[in-house]
Amino acid sequence: MSDHMIWLILLPLVWGTFAFISGPGKGAWISITGLFLQFVLTVIIAAGLSKTGPLTHTVGGWGQPLGIDLALDGLSAAMLLLVHIIALPVAIYARSYFSSDSAESRYYWPVTGFLFAGINALLLSADLFNIYVTLELVGLSAVILVATGGGEKQISAALRYLFATLIGSGMYLLGIALIYGTYGTVSIASLDLLIFPGAPDIIWIAVSLMLIGLMLKTALFPFHFWLPPAHGSASSPVSALLSALVVKASFYLILRIWLGPFHSLLVSVPAVSYLPMLLGSGAILWGSYKAIRVKRIKMLIAYSTVAQLGYLFLIFFLLSSKTALQAGIMQAFAHGLAKASMFAAAGVLIKSSGQDTVAGITGTAERIPITLFSLMLAGVTLMGLPPSSGFLAKWMLIEAALEQGHWFIAVIVLSGGLLAAVYVFRLIRQAFVHTHVIPKKTLPVPRTLEWAAFSLAAMSVLLGLRGVELMNLISGFLGNQSGNQL
Amino acid sequence: MTINEFIPLAVLASSLVPGLIIFLLPDERVGVRTALNVLAAITKLILVGILASGVQSGETYGFRYEIIPGLYLAFNADALGLLFITLSALLWLFTTVYAIGYLEGSHYRSRFFGFFSLCVTATMGIAMAANLFTFFMFYEFLTLSTFPLVVHRGTQKAIKGGTVYLAYTLVSGTLFLTGIVWLHRLIGHTDFTHGGIAGILGPEFAGQLRIIFLLLICGVGVKAALVPLHGWLPLAMVAPAPVSALLHAVAVVKAGAFGIVRIVFEVYGIEFAHSLSLLMPLAIAAAVTILWGSLRALFQDDLKKRLAYSTVSQVSYIALGVALLGPVGTVGGLVHLVHQGIMKITLFFGAGNYAETLGIHKVSEMDGVGRRMPLTTGAFTIASLGMMGIPFTAGAVSKKWLTEGAGIAGMQWVVWVLWTSSLLNAAYFLPILWRSWFRKTPASWPAENIPFKRFETSWLLLLPPLITAGTVLAAGIFANTEWSPLAWAQLIAKREYLNSP
Repeated sequence: MSDHMIWLILLPLVWGTFAFISGPGKGAWISITGLFLQFVLTVIIAAGLSKTGPLTHTVGGWGQPLGIDLALDGLSAAMLLLVHIIALPVAIYARSYFSSDSAESRYYWPVTGFLFAGINALLLSADLFNIYVTLELVGLSAVILVATGGGEKQISAALRYLFATLIGSGMYLLGIALIYGTYGTVSIASLDLLIFPGAPDIIWIAVSLMLIGLMLKTALFPFHFWLPPAHGSASSPVSALLSALVVKASFYLILRIWLGPFHSLLVSVPAVSYLPMLLGSGAILWGSYKAIRVKRIKMLIAYSTVAQLGYLFLIFFLLSSKTALQAGIMQAFAHGLAKASMFAAAGVLIKSSGQDTVAGITGTAERIPITLFSLMLAGVTLMGLPPSSGFLAKWMLIEAALEQGHWFIAVIVLSGGLLAAVYVFRLIRQAFVHTHVIPKKTLPVPRTLEWAAFSLAAMSVLLGLRGVELMNLISGFLGNQSGNQL
Repeated sequence: MTINEFIPLAVLASSLVPGLIIFLLPDERVGVRTALNVLAAITKLILVGILASGVQSGETYGFRYEIIPGLYLAFNADALGLLFITLSALLWLFTTVYAIGYLEGSHYRSRFFGFFSLCVTATMGIAMAANLFTFFMFYEFLTLSTFPLVVHRGTQKAIKGGTVYLAYTLVSGTLFLTGIVWLHRLIGHTDFTHGGIAGILGPEFAGQLRIIFLLLICGVGVKAALVPLHGWLPLAMVAPAPVSALLHAVAVVKAGAFGIVRIVFEVYGIEFAHSLSLLMPLAIAAAVTILWGSLRALFQDDLKKRLAYSTVSQVSYIALGVALLGPVGTVGGLVHLVHQGIMKITLFFGAGNYAETLGIHKVSEMDGVGRRMPLTTGAFTIASLGMMGIPFTAGAVSKKWLTEGAGIAGMQWVVWVLWTSSLLNAAYFLPILWRSWFRKTPASWPAENIPFKRFETSWLLLLPPLITAGTVLAAGIFANTEWSPLAWAQLIAKREYLNSP
């Protein structure tokens, strides 16, 4: 079983390389096949986890402290599932999206191969330094994907993104260096036993550097400046991957650090958890406000990401109840699926109407009803209305907040839902406007694009009707976690 | 899965699945779409019939399933739910037939009928929900699936009406959700139970429970159009006539009123609600709504707007009946859930026929319309008289039980409210009837679209109001028979009161 973990990292490297060798515009099918295999592996691992318990694997037989250790528990399994249920439909979407234009797709398949290898390795790594390496791999691949758009806007957005991602990982690296200097190890398992509430101040500096670096990479308000231009100007499949998955990778690391070795240290000063909570609230309000104001569809969706990421950070204040982490993971799924679907749908709209403005939606919806439907379903998830995974996430978040008497958080969550309704219905309302003027030439759109977007949106809704398995993965993880700390 | 678990799901599926298929049909496939619609509506009616006969003889139909640990999607087709389901399923059939005639040849019909079916599915879910969580899921689903119908015409006015509708319903939905999660925190579940669940909490929770009650009632009150939460309803009148019929009689407004019934009886329990002194404020809110709606209706020249304010007023009879402690008032409120539905849908069918056939939108244009469209006007007349509470109509039965219930509950002022409301109803309906029957027919109509051939208008438009007007009379005349709405309401009241702890 633990061998499967290696394949999750090797497979994307293999198909990425093949895609590179087979030349521009090719490599779609091998990538899709590879992603499908990865998906199957992930499901096998996640389904077996309740029996096997957390897995570890020592690559090449080299153990600690020099070798590369892989580890997998309920939290990383959940994130791996998230990555693959989104990656596969997006890949099918991308194949169809780029089929007419090989110039733009030249780097897409090879680079996504490296991106997924990076993300999977990040989710499976058991020590902080390896995580740094994977973090750089993910960040650089993401920057390249944005830049492959080739336009002036994309290049400048990519440069800004590069700047942010390098500073972020730089801060993280500095943090690890300080930790290595103090304890002589970067293995998460070993640090678990070493760090206690009375740790020296230098550890506080280290953990702050790491957390802030990662918050910058997750685009948490007010470090979100790089996200809207990057996600808003990249080609639609790239936007979908970046918004749905790449930002979640650094969020996952924050969770790891928070719940893992530094847990006892961080909870010893309760005020610390105010910071992510306040920034998260700010993100929800500011991101939604901007999404309500902007004119371009993709910018709207990108600002919505800024807002939706805010919910993920509200949970740090509530982590003493089990529901909070479950809410966070559910929100990561809800947002990932819905956002990938929205960017995919936006790609269809833009291809069809030839323009990227909210007003441009008028009159397109009659010809591409499935896309309109995807937008609506994804919108339902983002607004947190039932039945959807977004609704379950909100329900659990509010419940955790009320359980601990933090009314402020409940109010933020609920008003965030209403603000989301305002920006989502800005789009949907436009689709219903009846126009007598026949829109100027509209281009036919491959059906595959529409259905790929739809399948993502449908999953975001269906998860809202069956979340038991996913939630059990997380409770299993929390069970182990508390077992370790006792 | 047993058959008793399966039937409630089949009731949901019988409109959900056809709805989804209809979305994929091109507009021109009229035959397939019509067949699907009618077949679905009839299937649903049969299923509901099976449920009704089972429930009467004491069977239980339910389905329960865990979504996330501790949170259940749960259905239970009990007597109260069936009252609502039967009404909706029946009126869905008539409204579908009517809508097929009404929308002939217009744009986006597949979209329209698709969302129409989703609305009915949502209504069924609301009626069969066995806990507040499930209720809320379908309640919000109803909001989302009616929005496209309200904005169906796509004009600036329609979009504005739809936006206002969303603003009201989504904000109130948020308050509703707050109340539900809060209650779930306190009790650990939100299952509807005869006699209520809130009573198990000690007296120290009285304050919290009052606030929760307010949140919940605000949540359902917007759809039930309780004053001052009713502002969206007149604006939503821009929608096509079948949608208005749906909003006012079949789904939306009813869902709100039904929610009030569930919350008072099966979440709080009527005795417990009384002990928290929650019933009096509810009765006052309902009374104010009844009078205010009638007063506003008096001054509307637009026929549909007049009917809209009339709905505001009439639906609160249900809330009023619920707020009267004692089974007699309860019966009055519950039976009005059905009676208001059949009367109001007849009125909207009538208004739609005037608009479609002759281009009449205003009361002042209705002079002599009775001679041009005698059958439609006849149906309209019966329903109007019912609204006033004239004997031998459904309305008379509701009023009788409500008045007696008020007397038993010792709330004499409610009797006065009911009488005043009847007078006001007469004051805004009688002039319409006078104009249409006794004034001289004008030389030409505002816009005569359908000429008088065999019938006064298309038979698809004519048949539904005639049938529903017939049921208005039947529900009044045969009120004391076994299968009347009244008998069913008595059955529910008996179960609610006898099973109270």
